[in-house]
Amino acid sequence: MSGVSDFLVNIGLPHYLGLAAVLFTIGMVGIILNRKNIIVILMSVELILLSVNINFVAFSSYLGDLSGQVFSLFVLTVAAAEAAIGLAILVAYFRNRGTIAVEDINMMKG
Amino acid sequence: MLLTAAFFWLFATVLTLSAVAVVTARNPVHSVLFLILAFVNAAGLFLLLGAEFLAMILVVVYVGAVAVLFLFVVMMLDVDFAELKKGMLATQPTLLVIGLAVAAVVVVELVMTMGGWLHLARPLVAGGVPISPDVSNTQALGMVLYTRYFYLFQGAGFVLLTAMVGAITLTLRHKPGVKRQSIDEQNARTRAGAVEVVKVRSRAGV
Repeated sequence: MSGVSDFLVNIGLPHYLGLAAVLFTIGMVGIILNRKNIIVILMSVELILLSVNINFVAFSSYLGDLSGQVFSLFVLTVAAAEAAIGLAILVAYFRNRGTIAVEDINMMKG
Repeated sequence: MLLTAAFFWLFATVLTLSAVAVVTARNPVHSVLFLILAFVNAAGLFLLLGAEFLAMILVVVYVGAVAVLFLFVVMMLDVDFAELKKGMLATQPTLLVIGLAVAAVVVVELVMTMGGWLHLARPLVAGGVPISPDVSNTQALGMVLYTRYFYLFQGAGFVLLTAMVGAITLTLRHKPGVKRQSIDEQNARTRAGAVEVVKVRSRAGV
């Protein structure tokens, strides 16, 4: 019983890593489950990047090293750029085709 | 200690549940709102870890900009959601099976990797920038971001510039009927091309 209460009370690096692993998995399953809905796929990618950030910040905090937080800042930058470009492509595609079904996106095949 | 643990479990539970809701919600607007909830809870976790600046950035940039951008796009596009729902788990149980199988494999792999990290032969040492307790988190980040990571910081700026130019180029369109100011045409205008002197005979009209 003391092991369980120890796990519940003493929050350490494994807790954050486990949480990030669960979040990463949810994001991946989201990509598989919502194959047709590209908006939800983009949101799943955001969840995956968030889990990566949790890993970076957790290691940064427990190692006492700031560079993890700096890298996490760059991950946030790239994620914001990716969301903006992805949504712009989505809007352009919707104007041309009138739908956002991902399965129809094969026009760019050579 | 107990309070920290209580907040960790609160944030972690809400974060996980809202992530599941993002993935499984029928309406994409609900998905975006749950994404916002997930980001806010992640910001709480960052606060617990002592990364105050990143927590605030997460709230300001993600909740304030990216999630609202998602919300705009979801509401702007007149998407037939009933059509998209056909791919969801309720109608295609095989997808759910595949998804859960992938999830199980990924979780096992991640936990194995995590176990390897936690039982290293020698302890991990901080290599780069040690966190000093008497400098605030934001100040410490700024002190390394503008010196040691200056080129990466500039690179991040270029990434954002490229994204901005790309997003504008992708979505800008010129409607044919709209009159716009053209500076070149205005400057190239001469008297000969603009004014015509017509000799009008009396009582005859033009």
